[in-house]
Amino acid sequence: MNNTTDKLILLSMRLITYAIVLVIGYILFDIIRNGASALNWQFVSAFPRRSGASGGIFPAIVGTLYLVVGTIAVSLPLGIGGAIYLSEYADQGRFNTMIRLAIITLAGVPSIVFGLFGLGLFVLFCGFGSSILAGSLTLACMVLPTIIVASEESLRAVPKGFRDASLALGATKWEMIRTNILPYSMSGMITGAILGIGRAAGETAPILLTVAAFYLPRLPKSVFDQVMALPYHLYILATQHPEAERIRHMQYGTALILLLLVLGLSLGAILIRTHFRKKFRW
Amino acid sequence: MAKHMQHDIDKLKAKIIAMGEAVEDRVYQATLSVINRDPAKANAVIKGDREIDDMEVEIEEDCLKILALYQPVAIDLRFIVAALKINSDLERIGDLAVNIAERGVFLAGQAQFAIPFDLSAMVSLAEKMVTESIDAFINHDVRLAHHIRAADDTMDAMNREMYTQLKGMLTTDTDHVNNLLHVLSVGRHLERIADHATNIAEDVIYLVDAQIIRHTPELYDE
Amino acid sequence: MVEQSIYPKDQKMVITTNQVNFFYGATQALFGISLLIPAKQVTALIGPSGCGKSTFLRCLNRMNDTIPHSRVEGEILINQQDIYAPGTDVVELRKKVGMVFQKSNPFPKSIFDNVAYGPRIHGEKNPRRLAEIVEQSLQQAAIWDEVKDRLQANAMGLSGGQQQRLCIARALAVGPKILLMDEPASALDPKATTRIEDLIGELRTNYTIVIVTHNMQQAARVSDYTAFFYEGNLIECDQTPKIFTNPREKQTEDYITGRFG
Repeated sequence: MNNTTDKLILLSMRLITYAIVLVIGYILFDIIRNGASALNWQFVSAFPRRSGASGGIFPAIVGTLYLVVGTIAVSLPLGIGGAIYLSEYADQGRFNTMIRLAIITLAGVPSIVFGLFGLGLFVLFCGFGSSILAGSLTLACMVLPTIIVASEESLRAVPKGFRDASLALGATKWEMIRTNILPYSMSGMITGAILGIGRAAGETAPILLTVAAFYLPRLPKSVFDQVMALPYHLYILATQHPEAERIRHMQYGTALILLLLVLGLSLGAILIRTHFRKKFRW
Repeated sequence: MAKHMQHDIDKLKAKIIAMGEAVEDRVYQATLSVINRDPAKANAVIKGDREIDDMEVEIEEDCLKILALYQPVAIDLRFIVAALKINSDLERIGDLAVNIAERGVFLAGQAQFAIPFDLSAMVSLAEKMVTESIDAFINHDVRLAHHIRAADDTMDAMNREMYTQLKGMLTTDTDHVNNLLHVLSVGRHLERIADHATNIAEDVIYLVDAQIIRHTPELYDE
Repeated sequence: MVEQSIYPKDQKMVITTNQVNFFYGATQALFGISLLIPAKQVTALIGPSGCGKSTFLRCLNRMNDTIPHSRVEGEILINQQDIYAPGTDVVELRKKVGMVFQKSNPFPKSIFDNVAYGPRIHGEKNPRRLAEIVEQSLQQAAIWDEVKDRLQANAMGLSGGQQQRLCIARALAVGPKILLMDEPASALDPKATTRIEDLIGELRTNYTIVIVTHNMQQAARVSDYTAFFYEGNLIECDQTPKIFTNPREKQTEDYITGRFG
């Protein structure tokens, strides 16, 4: 390859990258510019009034938080457990390869399909009704592949030397995993969780069918209650609300809060990850 | 690495063979100068010793170089150890040839007199032993090496025989006492040369069989 | 194959292997290895890459168990007990037979926690006792003086040679009788290598050591006995000076003099 083509390729790559950054930048700028005016203490702390046309979005924030926490609480242990099984215990044969393929395929399934699945299994069959529980479980199913793949990668990244050394010192397999693999792969697993959080907080389709309430100006009392959720609320305000044209600032404000919420949760996870990375460096 | 070492070992072996041949020639010339009363030949041997000394130093340096650079083991290690010892034996044989040549210079200046015992038999045996010891080294020939050890006994017997003969003559033939002492010395030098040839043979046995048989009574197992 | 006569008459044997075969799936890696490992001596296993010496070493503490589809045949007796007999407690076995690996592999924890790892998983909780074990082990591994002021520092901050000595200390902390070393100095510079070799010399008063090494000079320097492996076979085992001055087998001689292949 000669010098000119090299430069040309570099230049086009650079342009593509800038274009992407520009688009994201514009979206952020647009949301912040239009949403900032709606932001005030009342907006985040008050209950909605007039079907959300005025008042705040407090129940939607709380609902989304509940859903995210519920999703992570279900999917992280399951995902990590599955990943441990796949990478440490299962025979590395054809069956294992098929399971892995299935998981990757699952990650590509459209979210509305998960919604329907949740509706069928958790809402109707298990009888949880439209509830936080059903919604969290549905979202958990959706983010599970991401978490399993990320966790498995990070488990495999732990050097063989640590495993050998643990076993050679007389550790049992589980002792080895618990003391000398999980701690080091924690940062990778948390990365998976971060990706999961982002998706769980932002998805509309799965919660639409399993948990989200159109308008519910109160807080849930148990996991069997419905809640409002930010993405669904935003969807309602922007497309279903009779006064949609007049309440653009409310829509932008909600979008901004959702953005900040995801950002905040991810930031927290990143801090935890950095902590683990610093603690166990090799 | 093995190739480099093999190359150096081959070069070392060639040098030892060259030195062996040179020493062999010195012994031959020196004894010839005694028998033929040829002082010119004798002087050539005396002057030529410098050459042998230089060869010895060079071979020793080569051995040390190989030891330091390649840390040889097994057959290679035994080869270097044998080479070092053979080297100094050859150098001593060279010195003894010079001593014989010096007797040759003295005797040539004296009136002709008959050597009263079979010196030429001792000469040819000593020469044969030197030649064969070098052959044994070249060919890693343990059989030949054992023959040389046996030949050394013959040489010792000849040496004793010479002593008893000369002892009698020294008291009767008083005219030639000086000459006789010099001839005696030649005989003793030849016996020493045979000893060094025997040492070389023993080093060859060590090189091949890794057995140190010096100081052990000969076992004629062949 | 192995003659008892190469050992002094009163030499006690710690490990006896009888006709050991090892298979990776369908591939046989060891062929009928019968070898005696003498007590409180250093036995070096040498041979070209892939000759089976590491595989054999890893049979001695059953580290090969972790390899899927692998299989061992024959008998490996440690103190007269068949370690592959059904019902053998592998954890107990590995407490008795410590191992040091080619690449130093300290855990990314503090120096103290590294050495205390073994005793802790075996149930030692008393902090005073742990501190004693840690100090003693680091002393034995000749690294105490270098690290005593920074026991809480991360072990990853140590130099390569120090890390390897730490790994030796960590192995000693469990109280083994036998120490297996898989090319323990192959990744170290000459000075660090010398320290490890000196350490092996000190440890041999109390431990039976089996060391795999690619470095023949190292085998010559540190070991009392040397076993030469080639293509999964044990070709020759003898006293180290004998192997390096006058090996019995032509193959051994060709290998140690570098005339192989």
